[in-house]
Amino acid sequence: MTATSVAIRAVRPDGRPRRVRQSWGSPWTYLLATVLVAVCVGPVLYIVIGGFRSNAQITADPSGWPAPWVLGNYTEVLASSEFWVAMGNSTVSAGATTLGTVVLGVMASCVIARYDFVGRGAMYSLFAAGLMFPVTVAITPLYLLVRSLGLVNSLAGIILPQIAFALPTTIIILVPFLRAIPKELEEAVSIDGASRLGFFWRMVVPLSLPGVVTVGILAFVTTWNGYMLPLFILNDSSLFTLPLGVQNFASQYSVDTARVLAYTSLSMVPALIFFSLFEKRIVGGLQGAVKG
Amino acid sequence: MTSAQLSAVRAAPPAGAGTPAPALAPAGRRRPRADWRKRGEIALLAGPAIAVFCFFVIVPVVMAAFYGFFRWKGFGFPDDFVGFDNYVLILQDPTFREAVAHNAFVVVASLVLQGPLAILFALLMNQRMRGRTLIRVLIFMPYVISEVVVGTGWSLMLQDAGAVNGFLEKAGLGFLAQSWLSDPSVAMGTLMVIITWKYIGFAVILMLAGLQSIPQELYEAAAIDGAGFWQTQRLITLPLLGPTIRIWAFLSMIGSLQLFDLVNIIWGQYIAATAGTSTMATYMYQNGHLSGNYGFGSAVAVLLFLISLVVALVYQRFVLRRDTEGAVTGPSGRAAGRRTA
Repeated sequence: MTATSVAIRAVRPDGRPRRVRQSWGSPWTYLLATVLVAVCVGPVLYIVIGGFRSNAQITADPSGWPAPWVLGNYTEVLASSEFWVAMGNSTVSAGATTLGTVVLGVMASCVIARYDFVGRGAMYSLFAAGLMFPVTVAITPLYLLVRSLGLVNSLAGIILPQIAFALPTTIIILVPFLRAIPKELEEAVSIDGASRLGFFWRMVVPLSLPGVVTVGILAFVTTWNGYMLPLFILNDSSLFTLPLGVQNFASQYSVDTARVLAYTSLSMVPALIFFSLFEKRIVGGLQGAVKG
Repeated sequence: MTSAQLSAVRAAPPAGAGTPAPALAPAGRRRPRADWRKRGEIALLAGPAIAVFCFFVIVPVVMAAFYGFFRWKGFGFPDDFVGFDNYVLILQDPTFREAVAHNAFVVVASLVLQGPLAILFALLMNQRMRGRTLIRVLIFMPYVISEVVVGTGWSLMLQDAGAVNGFLEKAGLGFLAQSWLSDPSVAMGTLMVIITWKYIGFAVILMLAGLQSIPQELYEAAAIDGAGFWQTQRLITLPLLGPTIRIWAFLSMIGSLQLFDLVNIIWGQYIAATAGTSTMATYMYQNGHLSGNYGFGSAVAVLLFLISLVVALVYQRFVLRRDTEGAVTGPSGRAAGRRTA
């Protein structure tokens, strides 16, 4: 009796103020969080704000504030064909890779998740083993392979390998989604006279859409930011994707720091927009990829 | 407890999906009549993915093992068989040994720097506070920005006449100003700061997911027993976060061994070695690709792969084993390709 009442008393004074804290929390939490956010965002802001300064300002005071704000760097970059060509190449490369990865990945995942056949486990293991082969390990012979196909200096030469290297994560994330669709649904549809393939396109794909969107976003962001593969495959600056464009621009205009900063910050805009739109899916996908 | 919890978490689809997955449903039963048709469907559906995957992932890796035995400039069929000469050359090259040492340092320093910081930040963000989503997005931002942007931005800031030194002088700390990138005694530290900045968000997000899967009842029970904040974290949070920490550490180590982008962008192919930041991958790029020695470069790739594989297997055998079986080839190794350091 005494023990219970002590316990209850211990909970109550502890539980009530906590409900108040639920809304705001302690000021220390905010202070630490502010410091953390400042450290994370600071360098990004430096790049963006630095683009609004002139080279003279940057030389005179490298860590200062724009005074006055200069728009010329951004407008010059936005007016240059170089930037838009790289943007276009990145869009084509990331778009085609995402599409290819999702289509091939959904098809293969369907087989692994919903068909029962000898070698199913082996197929899953094959793709899972792919996670142990990052681009870094395969890149030297991959370059030779792409060259022998005559695809060096073409976007197809980076798109196909990008699809191949994105497949393992795609399949491993998608398989549990597709397995989760109840067997009864498949039987019901087949009683209604639909073929198995019809079942896939009419039921499986819509039902696993959250998973499909997640893997699509992961493939897009990975490709958009990809550096090593384009570096090896693309030599022609008219085919450069944005990462190569940034690197090229930075070495070409190394004295024009302000313009490099403007180019750099413009090149991260698409990824940031994409990220803020799909933040939940990207974070969820990464967490799920590790846990689930 | 821990392994049961982990496998329970595993059975669920990726977070954010919302739909709970039942235990693995048995796939379709064999119907002999439709067998040929089923085979056709399997080939049609899985064929393209397997073909693309094998052709662009498996074949190059196998080819690397083959080319590694030849002295070959990449033209025609390799015919100058040299046995293990390439490997002997690489292993005797002090530049390569330095690169391996740099990789080893990055592996250890990433674990030591990012691990505790990430747990601390995840604990912080698990506190009750307003604007948690916004903070989460902002902390994760460096991870989403490409390595090239990060490298270009940081190298401009860290120039001798750059913003960091300028800021230090303004703050009256001018004596701290350094040649952050070119001084060999500082460059590795600089690299670690940049790596930590870039990848800490990933670690925090993972740890946060781990924290949120710890049952709230345990904390309530600890509070009733009169445990303090740090005592609770030490006795409840850390042990239960174990599986998450171990998987994060695995991904971090594999990424650190493959480190290429940031080093190549900030230091370029020539200065990295003198600044003391070269890695196995930049060594491979410089001595295999840029100089056109593809047999040699392939041998470096094979060594890089073997070193990663040994680390992965040893880690799995001695550390991950208690969480899960088949971590390297199984589900938990799955994000390996997506993280770079």
